[in-house]
Amino acid sequence: MNAMTPVADDVAAYLARRARWSPLEIAFWVFVFATIWLFPGKYLIMKDTAILALFALSLDLILGYAGIISLGQAAFFGVAGYFSGLVAKYGFINEPVIALVCSGVVAAALGFVTSFLVLRGSDLTRLMVTLGVSLMLGELANRYSNITGGADGLQGVDIKPILGLFRFDLYGHNGYVYCLIVLFVCFLIVRRVVYSPFGLSLRSLKGNTLRAAAIGIPVQRRLIAIYTFSGGLAGIAGALLTQTTAFCSLDVFSFDRSADLLLVLIIGGTGYLYGGLIGAAIYKFLQDWIASLTPQYWQFWIGFVLVLIVLVGRERVEAWMSAVRAFLVRLGTRLMTRTAALGGAPKGR
Amino acid sequence: MPILETVALEKRFGGIVAARDVSLAVEKGARHALIGPNGAGKTTVINLLTGVLRPTSGSIRLAGRDITTLLPHQRVRLGMARTFQINQLFLELSPLETIGLAISERLGLGRDWWRVVGSRPEVTGEIVEVLERFRLADVMHERTAILPYGKQRLLEIALAFACRPQVLLLDEPAAGVPEAERHELLATIGSLPEEVTVLLIEHDMDLVFSFADRISVLVNGGLLLDGAPEEVARDPRVKAVYLGEEIDA
Repeated sequence: MNAMTPVADDVAAYLARRARWSPLEIAFWVFVFATIWLFPGKYLIMKDTAILALFALSLDLILGYAGIISLGQAAFFGVAGYFSGLVAKYGFINEPVIALVCSGVVAAALGFVTSFLVLRGSDLTRLMVTLGVSLMLGELANRYSNITGGADGLQGVDIKPILGLFRFDLYGHNGYVYCLIVLFVCFLIVRRVVYSPFGLSLRSLKGNTLRAAAIGIPVQRRLIAIYTFSGGLAGIAGALLTQTTAFCSLDVFSFDRSADLLLVLIIGGTGYLYGGLIGAAIYKFLQDWIASLTPQYWQFWIGFVLVLIVLVGRERVEAWMSAVRAFLVRLGTRLMTRTAALGGAPKGR
Repeated sequence: MPILETVALEKRFGGIVAARDVSLAVEKGARHALIGPNGAGKTTVINLLTGVLRPTSGSIRLAGRDITTLLPHQRVRLGMARTFQINQLFLELSPLETIGLAISERLGLGRDWWRVVGSRPEVTGEIVEVLERFRLADVMHERTAILPYGKQRLLEIALAFACRPQVLLLDEPAAGVPEAERHELLATIGSLPEEVTVLLIEHDMDLVFSFADRISVLVNGGLLLDGAPEEVARDPRVKAVYLGEEIDA
């Protein structure tokens, strides 16, 4: 065997550690799934949060990793939303999971086609082109109201039970569990992608496309690939909304929907996978809470919170968070050693 | 046969001729330096070689293959890598990740979106080798943005080297490196493996004459002279150029 130097050990250990699940991540997901039992009266808003989280994850992937800024994720959300509604309405695809996957594929195809527009130009042109595409699609949906239902929305969507077993109930329980599972599965896939060599190359594109090309990375092709993938994810989020509400209206294409997504990522942060998830939870919670206090002015307070975040700076918030985290870890190890000291001996017998 | 060869390379920007009739031949394994005063067209030539610019006319051959119309990343895959005069690094990545990225790309793993980076032992081994060769092992976990300038300069070269080029283009590698860190950098450049051909673009004459076994002098976009270091050092025209006088060619 070849002798391993300390450096080699260190590199191998680092690479192995890099993609490992941290206890904090596991705790996060345990909590997420525990909400099914913890807050049974809140299924509807939690379901919306899960959908928003998945949608934000799709934007984080292109913005936080590849550095593509977009105001047009709603294009994918909307197209897949209508697609899943139409196939259910006319009974082309009756099984929701299959319809969901197909909707994702349709949205990804749209992502592939539009990627060629988006990859030209600077950030500002990208903002405008992505926004333009989603607004154009919204107008198309309005124009062809014989298919989409126009301003009245798509009526008469009948969503069959998931896998033929689980009916979408009135309380939204099954719908919520369905959304959570889809969110989790998509997250697992995204997590794999991000820690792969492909994912690492995305981060190099965000950092410096000139150098990325100079070490042999086909920049354009990588951007097209991730934009397509991100479009597919956004589409799955859109299809989830249609399936869980049995309805789809023109506002799936609205500017607000894309803009909210940027707000979610401003709250949650980008480039570490959980930004969209945490941001979506905070955003929805704020919206719900403030709206219950002052139904008319909730948007003012959301804006106020955003201004605060920008003023305080995320770095400082993160510093506080890591201090809290360090404290919890210390507390945890202390408790563990204590329980080991107390409970270890009897168990050992 | 030269490993890198240009034939009558010319580049115009509107009315300005930035490179004219440049026919350069770099032999395999050479330590070849391209020198010239400011504005002589050195950067244009390196941009033409690496594919950042398209020549107006003329052709470029790498290991006998015409690469004139290939894109930058395609040239890298055929074995030509470069460094930049001003660092072009991935500031948010660590040296370990940076080198791991270049190696993964070279091995064609860049399209692999499922396996975790470095899950193959050959990648790990090579990362270690490159990091140690360029004395970056002690800072491999740091963010590149906070590394001392000399280390960033080493990483700049290490990143090109990790592409395992046949020809390595170094664009003013010692530029701006403080005296204290200079020695480490020059020693590392001096100990590059012999089979790697190096084309050095440099201002610093000490470095050029201690390192190169062949020197080409570029003046006003054209090649003035091509020869062994002693020859170039003796040539009155070169002296004239570096003293800032007009040349009578």
